[in-house]
Amino acid sequence: MTALMQRMGAKALQLGIPLSVQVDLTYRCNERCVHCYLDHDDHGELTTPEIKHLLDELAEAGVFFLNLSGGEILLRKDFFEILEHAHALRFCVKLKTNGVLIREPQADRIRSLGVHSVQISIYSHRPEVHDSITKIPGSLSRSVEAIRFLKARGLKVILADVLMIQNLHDYPGVRALAAELGAEFTIDPTVTPRMDGDRSILNLNVDQASLRQMFRDETLVGNVQEFCAPPGPADDDDLDGLPCGAGHTACYVSPYGDVYPCVQFPLPSGNVRRTPFLDIWRHSGQLIEVRSITARDLPSCSQCIHLVSCTRCPGLAYMEGNMRGPSIQDCEKSFARSGIPSANLLSRKPPASRLVQIQGLSAAAQMSSASFA
Amino acid sequence: MTSKRYARSPQVAARRLGDEIMIMSAPDSTLFTLNEVAALIWEASDGSLALNEIVERDICPAYDVPADLALQDAELLAEELVAHGILLRCEEPVREALEPK
Repeated sequence: MTALMQRMGAKALQLGIPLSVQVDLTYRCNERCVHCYLDHDDHGELTTPEIKHLLDELAEAGVFFLNLSGGEILLRKDFFEILEHAHALRFCVKLKTNGVLIREPQADRIRSLGVHSVQISIYSHRPEVHDSITKIPGSLSRSVEAIRFLKARGLKVILADVLMIQNLHDYPGVRALAAELGAEFTIDPTVTPRMDGDRSILNLNVDQASLRQMFRDETLVGNVQEFCAPPGPADDDDLDGLPCGAGHTACYVSPYGDVYPCVQFPLPSGNVRRTPFLDIWRHSGQLIEVRSITARDLPSCSQCIHLVSCTRCPGLAYMEGNMRGPSIQDCEKSFARSGIPSANLLSRKPPASRLVQIQGLSAAAQMSSASFA
Repeated sequence: MTSKRYARSPQVAARRLGDEIMIMSAPDSTLFTLNEVAALIWEASDGSLALNEIVERDICPAYDVPADLALQDAELLAEELVAHGILLRCEEPVREALEPK
């Protein structure tokens, strides 16, 4: 992150402005990725006028970075109408797509509507691996064609690779493909539970030994010695620090209008069909609670040697049963990086409660007591 | 006095953040921030008012600076923003603001 972005983030935090919001336009998708956490059925998506109204509200709230994601965003027939509206409101728009439906006319429209960047999921440079993950034959070829169309029009494209056991050894190939296409490359070794509570896809996560090996790849992490160095001691600033921007300067809106602190933090905080966005942002009890939590308030993490360098995700912690608890996957990453077990791994117990599921607010109200138990 | 006119480019993303404005130029992915004074000039640049009119109306009263000095600085700023594609130079007054469509 640049110094300028850090300064703007700090200012947004001080002013209470949601600088960055992800809106999932649909959960429907034309791929069936093995690691996907979504329910692809349409349970009543926001209509075109509802989404335009939401964008008006987001602009008024001060949102600058608007991430349009899904599902596959281009499955919405009104996608370009929505994008035109976002452009008119001067958002900095980032798109997340698989690119399968992007041909030259769509690339032209995306270019003309001032989109900042397009992130396209690529799991392998080998069709047999990528297509087996998406379960759509020919999908790699279609996605790569889309990247070429977008790059030919001068757009910034980012290849996003989710690392799992199926494609563990292919990330150098995806990175080389990105370089060949003039695109950027990002990798994430985190598969999250399905929104229906099914944790079986967590078995796709790479194992500890593979993570350790990956964190020692200097082409990926830069200076290995520095990256894997034992963490330094935490000071008061660290203990008073915030876990991440979720609910502080960022949030997420689902295709059904539900507002959450982040796409990975399914704590229902309001619904824009019933309450204006800014009211939810400012007055939701759930968001206020999220904002009240500093590192000092995390019972085990505040005592952990990894506090300073850990990538702990409060959303994953919430999905594991306690938003003030650790997120095991990040404990494992810290261990893989440094070889030093986290406080939580040292006293590891089974998750305290059942997995929390994303659902509408009425159902969520009934389960809130269980979630916070 | 100059009669140069400028208009906000419809191709940039922009949002006010307190007393500043954040601007993202999509073609080169560059993030800019405009300070308080620059933000006033950006917001007033709709292609209809000349820069000297904007300076006299919005800048001089607010900051108690001589008009010629303020205009000199405003011209430098406007031309810098033109170089980055954030503002467009208008030869004639624009009746309808060049907002994104």
